[in-house]
Amino acid sequence: MTIHFVVHDEGDSVGVVVVEGLTAGTRLNGWIMDQDRMIEFDAKSNIPIGHKLAIRPIAKGDTIVKYGVDIGRAVADIGAGEHLHVHNVKTKRW
Amino acid sequence: MSMNLKGAFEGYRRENGRMGVRNHVIILPVDDLSNAAAEAVANNIKGSLAIPHAYGRLQFGADLDLHFRTLIGTGCNPNVAGVVVIGIEPGWTGRIVEGVAKSGKPVEGFAIEQNGDINTIANASRAAYRMVKHASRLKRSRADLVELWVSTKCGESDTTSGLASCPTVGNAFDKLWENGNTLVFGETSEITGGEHLVAQRCRTPEVAAQFMAMFDRYQRVIEANKTSDLSESQPTKGNIEGGLTTIEEKALGNIQKIGRHCLVDGVLDKAEAPTGPGLWFMDSSSAAAEMVTLCAASGYAVHFFPTGQGNVIGNPILPVIKLTANPRTQRTMSEHIDVDVTGLLQKRMNMDEAGEALLDCMLRTAEGELTAAELLGHREFSLTRLYESA
Repeated sequence: MTIHFVVHDEGDSVGVVVVEGLTAGTRLNGWIMDQDRMIEFDAKSNIPIGHKLAIRPIAKGDTIVKYGVDIGRAVADIGAGEHLHVHNVKTKRW
Repeated sequence: MSMNLKGAFEGYRRENGRMGVRNHVIILPVDDLSNAAAEAVANNIKGSLAIPHAYGRLQFGADLDLHFRTLIGTGCNPNVAGVVVIGIEPGWTGRIVEGVAKSGKPVEGFAIEQNGDINTIANASRAAYRMVKHASRLKRSRADLVELWVSTKCGESDTTSGLASCPTVGNAFDKLWENGNTLVFGETSEITGGEHLVAQRCRTPEVAAQFMAMFDRYQRVIEANKTSDLSESQPTKGNIEGGLTTIEEKALGNIQKIGRHCLVDGVLDKAEAPTGPGLWFMDSSSAAAEMVTLCAASGYAVHFFPTGQGNVIGNPILPVIKLTANPRTQRTMSEHIDVDVTGLLQKRMNMDEAGEALLDCMLRTAEGELTAAELLGHREFSLTRLYESA
């Protein structure tokens, strides 16, 4: 079974795509590393390898959590399964 | 300690007792003006290596101290058998010769003024000839693994770095730390967002305070000089292409390199040599060549370099072992990768197996196997500057 995306911790808002050429509509196998548990998801965007998808609905202003830690804030609403990157998330530093 | 940690390696025992894994004779310019002569000497004498660089004139204060510390440290590194120093004038040339001489290894200095390039090249070539002859007679001898100093810094990171290649270094660092090895990490600006986690890992409150002082100072430099939120500089364009969105995300991936158990035993200034074993934090640039150059100047003998998008870096004297977990990078630029840990992301390999693969590569490298960067001729040597020249 191909693992399409990996999540560090079950409390995280995001997963990382680890296969090339992932397209919207694909049924995805996700691996949550810290709890060693699999989840399934539908991709809502074409997402390049290494880029993130939201694994829960995120509202503008919400804190994004990865590794169980704050990595920035949403600057737009992001649906579950959608591409999450510099177009909709910004740093809280600098 | 892992049962798989091999207890010994064959390296070069230097005059000061340190163990090296390479046997370079280097031609070290004091300043940019002396690069041409240094390169001519290295061209004359096969088996010697020139290390040209861009600086060394009109520096002053702490910036000049760092220049000397970096060049002297490079000469003292145990991967170096002998040093020929060439400078435009004898004063600063002599200062570097004296510094390197404290290590006990062969070192000679040559100044260009009142000699010209041609006579300097002739005289320095004779010295290099003797040193390479001497170095070529040296034999490797057996040493305990604990004598191997290992540094780390990652580059062109992406999300796979934080998921897999940086934790692989962390797994190896946990094992080496338990074994009593001397280790270092750094990249002060790339801790941003995870500084509290590093502070929690410091052995004592005093070390944590020293770390936070270094972190806060660097943040003030960025705050004072920034013209934007640094997007495109930190994370870099390559990081963003690779899927990293914010400096916090990048930092959390970066600090996976210090594993899960090992403690930060102390802090180092740039190019400062550690005074004992353990894991050290060096206040340093996050630019790959600058940081690796500083690690070499601090005396480290082997370097772990996780990459996501495929940084191609090497160093003239410090073998850089690269690992990646990104399958596209492994597919498109495998000649740059020493350890393939892409299997981690498909559960074909676990973290302990990845750590063992890296440690195996470390021992092979320590005993003479060339790294990808060495085979491809990557010798990036980049001096850190603190401020403008006088």
